[in-house]
Order: sequence, then structure tokens, then C-alpha cells
Amino acid sequence: MPDPQAIGLAPASVSTGAGAIASGPRKRKHRYSILTRRDKVVLFLMVGIPTALTIIFIWLPTLASILLSFTNYQGIGGITAANIVGLKNYQFLATGYVLFWPAVAHNLMWLLFFVFIASPIGIFFAVLLDREIRGSRFYQNIFYFPVVLSLAVVGFIWELQYAPDGFIDSALGLTSQNNAIDWLGNPSLNIWAVLVAASWRHVGYIMVLYLAGLKSVDPTLREAAAIDGASEFQSFVRVIFPVMAPINIVIVVVTVIESLRAFDLAFIINQGTNGLELLSTLITNNSISEASLIGFGSSIAVVLLVISLVPIVLYLSRVMGSASE
Amino acid sequence: MANQDTTRRETLSMTGLRSVSRRDVLKGMAVVAGAAAVPTILAACSSGATTAPASVAPPASVVPPASVAPASAAGVTGTVTVGSNHSDASEVKGMTAINAAFIAANPGVTVTMNPVDHNTFQNQIGAYLQGTPEDDFTWFSGYRMRFFASKGLTTAIDDVWAKVSSNFTGAFATAVTADDGKVYGIPVDYYPWAVFYRKSVFSDKGYTIPATWADFKTLCTKMQTDGLIPITFGDKDGWPAMGTFDILDLRLNGYDFHTQLLTGKQKWTDAKVTTVFQKWAEIMPFHDKTYAGLTWEKACDTLIQKKSGMFMFGLFLTGEFSSTGTPADLADLDFFPFPAMGTQYDAENALDAPIDIWMVSAKSPTLQADLDAAKAYMEFWSKGSTQLLMFQNQPGFIPTANDADSSSYDPLTKKAVQIVSQAKKITQFLDRDSRPDFAGANGMQAFLQKFLANPTQDTTALQAEIQAYWEALPPATV
Amino acid sequence: MTATSMAGGSSRRRIRRGRVVLHAFLITMSLIWIFPLAWCFFTAMRPLSDTILHGYFSWPTTLNFQNFIDGWTNANLGYYYLNTLIVAVPAVIITLILASLVAFALTRVRSRINLFLLMMFTAGNLLPPQVIIVPLYHFYLAIPIPKPLSSNGLLYDQYIGIILIHIVFQVGFCIFVLSNYMRTLPKELNEAALVDGASIFRTYRSVILPLCTPALAALGTLEFTFIYNDFFWALLLIKTGSKRPITSALNNLQGQFFTNYNILAAAALMVAIPTIIVYIALQRQFIRGLTLGSTKG
Repeated sequence: MPDPQAIGLAPASVSTGAGAIASGPRKRKHRYSILTRRDKVVLFLMVGIPTALTIIFIWLPTLASILLSFTNYQGIGGITAANIVGLKNYQFLATGYVLFWPAVAHNLMWLLFFVFIASPIGIFFAVLLDREIRGSRFYQNIFYFPVVLSLAVVGFIWELQYAPDGFIDSALGLTSQNNAIDWLGNPSLNIWAVLVAASWRHVGYIMVLYLAGLKSVDPTLREAAAIDGASEFQSFVRVIFPVMAPINIVIVVVTVIESLRAFDLAFIINQGTNGLELLSTLITNNSISEASLIGFGSSIAVVLLVISLVPIVLYLSRVMGSASE
Repeated sequence: MANQDTTRRETLSMTGLRSVSRRDVLKGMAVVAGAAAVPTILAACSSGATTAPASVAPPASVVPPASVAPASAAGVTGTVTVGSNHSDASEVKGMTAINAAFIAANPGVTVTMNPVDHNTFQNQIGAYLQGTPEDDFTWFSGYRMRFFASKGLTTAIDDVWAKVSSNFTGAFATAVTADDGKVYGIPVDYYPWAVFYRKSVFSDKGYTIPATWADFKTLCTKMQTDGLIPITFGDKDGWPAMGTFDILDLRLNGYDFHTQLLTGKQKWTDAKVTTVFQKWAEIMPFHDKTYAGLTWEKACDTLIQKKSGMFMFGLFLTGEFSSTGTPADLADLDFFPFPAMGTQYDAENALDAPIDIWMVSAKSPTLQADLDAAKAYMEFWSKGSTQLLMFQNQPGFIPTANDADSSSYDPLTKKAVQIVSQAKKITQFLDRDSRPDFAGANGMQAFLQKFLANPTQDTTALQAEIQAYWEALPPATV
Repeated sequence: MTATSMAGGSSRRRIRRGRVVLHAFLITMSLIWIFPLAWCFFTAMRPLSDTILHGYFSWPTTLNFQNFIDGWTNANLGYYYLNTLIVAVPAVIITLILASLVAFALTRVRSRINLFLLMMFTAGNLLPPQVIIVPLYHFYLAIPIPKPLSSNGLLYDQYIGIILIHIVFQVGFCIFVLSNYMRTLPKELNEAALVDGASIFRTYRSVILPLCTPALAALGTLEFTFIYNDFFWALLLIKTGSKRPITSALNNLQGQFFTNYNILAAAALMVAIPTIIVYIALQRQFIRGLTLGSTKG
């Protein structure tokens, strides 16, 4: 039961707080009644300003994107009734636009590659480096340094490897016209090439996250497993991995979100075209390029939003659930 | 020099719609009369300039333009803000010299320059013009100019054009006139697309310039047996392939069909488009196999290294040739027009020769205050002497003004002027002649890449997809 | 006794052999990991004329630092580093201040809306930025900002606009991390301060904030590299080339008509150097920042 007085005095977020407290145990009520009215105002401002900023600059634009997706607005002048096209953008996306399903497929490939290849490699490195070996710190630094590079730089560094006159083809001796492998140009190969470059960065990130988790594992568990005669592999699979369940979930979700946010590398390499189409690059190329197909681009943005909300909600319910108690 | 310019003027005006008015001629005379009227102003130039580019310009480059500045342009004061896609080091040098010359001719005027890299500038143009653009900005002629003019995002400059039109041929006048009949830009440079090659390679191997499609393919086969990549090609950025599409469509189906196709008056499902793809497929095996991952610069490098024989491209590839540090490389470069395809349209000698222009924005917050200076700046760009300052730093972009002193042109540029003058029909380039939302990275560029990935495919489905994309676009406003 | 010592010896030998294999593996992987960067460095050391004539995979005829010098001057890197600092420093500081305030308030007052707010902030942080770009752009042109903060009266094309969007996008992550961290602090501290009659702000300022220094340091380091490395927002929201940050300055070296890859390689390395230095110098904070966020839950 919300306290009417609190509602009258203090703004919403705090008043609800007071309400919750009022219905809580006596001891708590006593504790919070120490808050002066000024304290409540201060608390409100503490939360209110960042909340307002987030609503104005993230959630309102999100809502606007949803609304724009029902128009054919091109960004010039006002939006009139003539601009409203209903579900036409979505219909064209699903049935007429040749690049949409490939983009969905590429996002999916990105996801699967990260989940089944890059993240496990990161976990593997973490397990190796978790032991007391000489130079563990040094190896960690090497594997981790790509994470601190700007993706603009990462993209360029890998272009130098993949170009037809770049390192990989030259080292393989594939320089003649007929056998050269066109890593970034071949539309059925380039997504894999980019995934390798992206993994170069992702592996280090996952490794660090996992290492931190491993450090918190009770060492007696491992000893117990060793005494039971389990091999290192067995002890990892049977003992450590299950204990790490919370962080495993975090890693899966981080990986999923990273895959949906994939943009920079593909955009730097060829603007996300010719086999590197992703939902994010389709949005950018259609709506903030010279093309300015804002309505159409927004409909792709809504698709991406809906897909993204699935892991975000899963993540939050998981992490917040454990955080709140 | 005069000869060539006259030829160009005459033949270019064959494609032009409007003739030069009497008023224009008079204004043109005023320009000539005003020459050499204000050279002494130069001495005062350092005081008024507040922007860095102006103050660091070497005085030497300032002298020639100042000496031809017309009396009418002198005396403009205030500020002009300038947005440009000239961000390469050599272009910045040219801009700096031009701004210094402008200030020298107009003491007390301030030029504030905002160079943005070419791709970014282009991608953001719509947003830029609706936001807080500079007073004057660089852009392209053709549909792309008319598009923004029709949206009211640029300012008509008929008054400026009236003063300077005599310095341009009719074709240029057409190129800067929008659908409302008003003039929106000053043409400042152009560059033809043709087939480039190294003279030494052709003479060493005994190749001759192919005049017909059959000759062209025979030459390609011969080059292949000689271990050369017959045609180098780099389509990583998506737009270079459009150059080949344009020339094939122009040769096979003619200027009228091509321009109608790009503006939606013909359908992409037309059998004529199928023919273009079929002919293209015939020469695709002669192209660099790694084209899709190559930028045009990398593709050009194989021509420089004599690993490839020919390159269908724009004249600005001279920039890459110059960067080897060996002047002999550039001297060895030559080109020929794309071969005849045996149709009635061969006689059009049509080609892509995109024109770059300067425009005045509409939403610049400072435009009201700066209007005089902004227009004076446009007028300044219409002079051959101004355009030459850029040309000296950016050869490969030929000045448009009649009074540009072409005696300084190298043989290649002179030949380029000639090939354009012989063309009865001139197009701007696919992405300048069509809707920007159609020609973009996830539009026509992607469709062409899809074709190139498998050139021998039955293109019926692809053509239907292109047509469907066109039809799904919001209603055109131009 | 002999038996056990023998067994121990062989197992020790086996362990040693295992260690050798392990190190060999790790060294190989390290070399693979470092190679792309080394190759970039090699390219950056070669003049363009050399690579045009002989290709990139060739024995160098000349190696020097000229491309670094040219890259520095052509791309005016010194200037763009400064631009990045103008954006990154206030953005990091304000993000941390706002995030710590919210985290404090959310841990201080227990309420049903807390979870909702926390979710709203964190979800905002996780959203792909492309979802909001178009409307955001128009907001930036529409919202008036007084003169001293903005030279054109808008958020668009202003440092403040870029700072703001970084804050908005990063604050969610920091709130999440800090609220987790604050929850580990003993509750009695709060109560003691209140009983002493300290105002809520003083409790935050003098009791909680000092205790959060390790988390703030870790987050600060991490946020600095996040913001330093961004180029997406600046590309979209800054029109003036000379206001863009260092990562987009790389684009200025990529001409439509001519690109010198060797200079670009040198410039790319120079762009990467500050974050590498930050990482090496503040490694501990850095990794802590990353792990605080996702493991405390």
C-alpha cells in the first residue's frame, strides 16, 4: 500500500520506494523514516536525471523508429498522411528485398561461429592460463590486446592480411590469377574471413571473463576431483564447468548480444555489401546514407530490435534475478 | 589550345538544351574586361584572413588568379563558410590556394573551410543539407543535383550564372539546370571514363587499339596467352562496376534508353538489359579474378606493374599513377574510347563524363548574412584560373571553364578533352543519373555485385529483383 | 617408498613434458595472435613506391618511419588526439558520476521500481545503436542548447552532443557494475552515517564513494577505451571534419580517388597506441572493470 503522504511529497520513484518500505518489516520502516524531505529530493534527482536522459535519448528514439517503420519517409520535410504505408516495408523485407534474408543468415552465422568456436577457444585459453604456469600474465596480455584496439584499426589490420596481395594469399603462394583466394571479395567466403577477424578480438574478451570466474572457483573442488583420480579434462567437464554455470550463461548472452551488434568490421571492410550484409549495415546503408530510405531502414531496425530484446531480457532476468537477492 | 576548346564547346553544346543568352555574353565580356583590374589588392590580403588555410597559402599561387579577378567580384566582405569533400592532401592544397586567391581578390572576406572525407560527405549529404550546412558546398551534377534542388535544400544562383555563363558550353549549362529551369550550380571539373592502358605494353607486345567488340575480345585473348590479366578491375567499393554497365548500355541500347532506364521510364526486366548482361558476361572471364576484394587503387596497381593490360576507368586514375614516384609511369599512360558494339548507337560516341559542381545550400544558418560572399565565391570558381589551381594539385579533373588555360595540359588531358568533345551524348555516371536511393550500396551496387559473382547466370530473376526494388522505393519527387 | 618416489618421478617428468607442450602451444598461439599487428607494422615501414612496384609480400628495399611522419602530418593526428580527449575525458567523468549516483540511490532505497530502472538502463546499454540512429539524428537537430555549451545552438555537430550520447549509452553498464559493487559493501556503513545525521548526499560523497574507488578506477579505464575506440557516433553526429575524433581521422586518409595504404597502416598503429599504453599501464583496473560487470551477478 503506497503511503499517500509520500506520494504527495516526493516524486514517483522515491514514493514507490517509500510505499514498499511502508509495507515492509517494522525495522526497515524505522530506518527509512530518517530520510528528510530534502534527502528524498536528492535521491529523486540522483535517479531522475540519468533516467530522463536514457528515456529521451534511447527509448524515445526506439519508439520513433517503430513508428517510422510504417512510413515511406525519406527524411526531408514533414511526415504527412501520404507517407503512411502500413506494413508495406515489412512485406517488402520478407518477400521482395534480396538482401534481407542473407543479412539475417549472416547475423545467425556470426552468432553460431561465436558460440561454438570463438567463445570455446576463449574458455580453453582461460582454462590453460588459470594454472600456475610461468608467463601466464604475458600470454594473457597477448591474447587480450586486440580487445583494446578500435574496430576501425582491427578492420584495417585484417584487410592487410586478406587482400589478394596481402599476407595470407602471398604466404600460401596463391598469387596467380587462377588460384588466388579472394578472401574479402568472394561473397561466400568473406563472411568467414570477417568472423576470424572478429574472433581475434572476441576470444580475448571471453578469456578474461572466464578467467575471472575460474579464480573464484573453490580450489578444494579441484583438489577433491584430483584425489578421486579424475583427469584434468574430466575434472573440468564434471566439476568446474557445472560450478561455473552462472558465468557460462553470462558468456552465452554476451556472445549473443555481441553478434547482434556486429557492425563495425563489416562496415569498415566493404560497407557491409557483397556477402557481408548484416541487419545493422542494412539499416545504416538504407537510412543514413545518401539513399535516405528512413521508413524502410526503420523497419529493419525494428526487426533487429525485436531479435535483440530476446537475449537482453533473458540476460537481465537472469543477472538481475540473482542480483536482487 | 584554342582549337580544342572551341571544338569542345561546339560539340558539347550539341547535347545542350539551352543557348547562351545575349545577357550572358555581355556579362562574359565584363569578366574579360575586368581582368587585371585588381592585382594590387594582394598586398592587403594577409590582414583580413582569419582562417588557417588562407594564411598558410604560399603567395606564389595567389598571384595568377588575383590578376584575372573581375572588378565586380572585388570588394565583397564578410564570411563564407565552405563545405567540401576535398580532404585528400593534394586537394586540401588546391583548396587552400584557391581560398587564398579568393581572399586576395576580396580583401576583408573570410573563408572558413570544412573538408570532410569523400565517402562520409556523400553518405551524409541528405542529413547535412537539412542540418546546418555550410554556405557553399561541393556536389555532383545530374539527378543528384536536381534531387536536392527539388527538395528546396539548395539555393538557385541564376544571378551568378548570368554573370558567368558565357564561360561555359551549353552542355555544362544543362548539367547545372534543374527541372524548374533555374541554375543551381557552377561546374568546376569533369573527367571522362575510357579504357586505359600502358603505351609501352602495347608497343612491346604489338597490340593495336581495338575498334570493335570482336577486336576487343581478340586482344583480351591474346593478352591472356601473354600472361597478362587482360582487364584489371576493382569493385570492392561497389560503384566502379557501374562504369562498365553504363558504357555497355550506351553502346548497345543508346543514350535515350539508358537515361530512361535510370529514371524509371524503362523497365529493368527489358530484354535490352539482358543483352547488356550477356555482353558483359562475354568479357568477365578476362577481368581480374580478385576484383571483388580490390579497391580500384589496388586494381590500378596491376596496370602500373604491367601485370594487366587494360582498365575501364575514369581519368582520375592518374592520381595512382603519379604516386609511384616515377614520372615515366604517368607519361606511359594512354587510353582509347570503349570499342564499338556494332549497333546504331556506336555513332553517339557516348560516354560517362561526370561533372563536379559547387552549390549554395539553403539551410545554412549563416547564409543570410553571408549571401554576397557566398555568391562571390561561386563566381570565383567559374574562372579558369581558379579551376586551374585545383587542377595543378589534382590532375585528372579537367577544368570546365572556357577561359582555363589549356596550354599547361599534358597530352593525356588534352586527349581527354578531345574524347569528350567528340561525344554526341554525355552521361554523368549511373549513381549520378539515377535516384540516390536506387543506386546505393544496398541497391544497384549490390545487384551488380550479384551479377558479377556469377556472370553466366540467367539474369531474368535478378532483373526482376532490380525492378521490384525500384518499384518498392517511395514515390519519386523528381 | 622406492615405488612411490619412482611413480612421483615419472609423473613429474610427465608434468614437465606436459608443460613443454603447453608452452609450445601457447607460444604458437601468441605468435599467431600478434602476427597481424606485426604485419601492419612491417607495411607501415615501407614506402608506397616500393610496395606498388614489388607488391606487399616482398623483401623490403627500404624500411623507415617516413609513413609515420607523413601519416602524422597528413592526417593531422596530434589535433585529432586532442579532439578525442575533449570528448572522452568529460564523458568518462560524467558517466561515472551519474552512474555512481544512480547505483547509490538504487542500493540505498529498496523498491520494486529499482529492478525496472536497472533493467531500463542496462537494456539501453545493450541495444544495437542502429536501432535508434535515425530519430536520434533528428532529435539532435531539434533540441536547442544554449550558447556556451554549443556553438550552433544544437546538439548536432557539437562536442557536447557526442559527450552526451556516450554518457547515455555507457551509463547503463556502469550503473550495473557499481550497484553490484555497492551491494557488497557492508550495509551498516549506510545506517551508521544516517544515524550520525549525515544527509543522503553526504553519505554518498563521504562514505560510499571513497569505498568505490577500486571499481571506479576499473570502470574509468574501461570506459576510456570504449569511448576512445568509438567512431560510429562521431561519424553520424559530427558534420565538421575537424571536430571528429581520432578514429574517424583514419577515414580522412582514405580518399575516394587515392588511398595510400602504407601511410594508413602507420596511422592505424598510431591510433592504436594510446589504448595499448592505457592497457599496459592500467592492466589490473582494466581487466577488473570487465570482470566486475559480468561475474558479480
